[in-house]
Amino acid sequence: MLITRRVEFSASHMCRQPLLSDQENARLYGEAANPHGHGHNYVVEVSLEGSPDPVTGMVLDLKELKDILNREVVAPYDHRFLNYEVPPFDWVVPTTENIARDIWERLDAHVSGPRHRLRAVRVYETPDLYVDYFGEQPGEPTCSA
Amino acid sequence: MFRVTRRYQFSASHRLHAPQLSDEENRRLYGKCNNPFGHGHNYVVEVSARGPVDRASGRAVDVEKLDEFVRRQVLQPFDHRNLNEDVNSFQGLSPTSENLLVEISRRLKQNWSEAFPDEWPRLDKIRIAETPRNIFEMENHEIG
Repeated sequence: MLITRRVEFSASHMCRQPLLSDQENARLYGEAANPHGHGHNYVVEVSLEGSPDPVTGMVLDLKELKDILNREVVAPYDHRFLNYEVPPFDWVVPTTENIARDIWERLDAHVSGPRHRLRAVRVYETPDLYVDYFGEQPGEPTCSA
Repeated sequence: MFRVTRRYQFSASHRLHAPQLSDEENRRLYGKCNNPFGHGHNYVVEVSARGPVDRASGRAVDVEKLDEFVRRQVLQPFDHRNLNEDVNSFQGLSPTSENLLVEISRRLKQNWSEAFPDEWPRLDKIRIAETPRNIFEMENHEIG
């Protein structure tokens, strides 16, 4: 079964490739390229797949999952300017896709165990736009070109 | 692998009425949804596309391109329309949310390469909510 915990953080970011000109960045990212940045209330849903422990009846105590999410994701991300304050976004463009992958990488070792494993990280940039990341999948590339 | 989902809305009226059935049978089957004058909903459509991140842009899907595509294929033809009267596919077909989902999915799948001619991103899933409590979804492999 899947269990999911939801957390929120607020952060500013901008989408700019340092190797591209202002004009090229504006064409690629539109308003998100504004060099002063802008912000979102991000919502993160982390889903684990596993089976309940026969004694506790839980896959993983959701309170423990909440503590891990707060420590590994909310603490470093909340009320920060991602490009300036949260590596790897000093060199990786903080698109919603890249944020989802970074959150996956921060969490995987902490939430995957013999009884459960990380299945999906969903990041809402706004209620109308969200990204699911499922990790590296056999036969499906994570990056292209 | 990433799945990017974008949420859209349109408002439309419809009347559920199966031409193969009598008026009495339609009333019994569809209840208030068979009201001869029709009624409307604020439909919410979620379109999901799947693909790898492009190394140069850091994105898996060009959302502006997706918006423009969905606007052309779905929002423009359906928004503020009467589905029974204004959409050809519902001539003689009851515009239930199931049939609406099939129609929207077919339009997006058939014309996908107009907007996204490359191997990635691919259309992954369509979900429509007729009301916040009635939700219908299809994955790409189920779309005819």
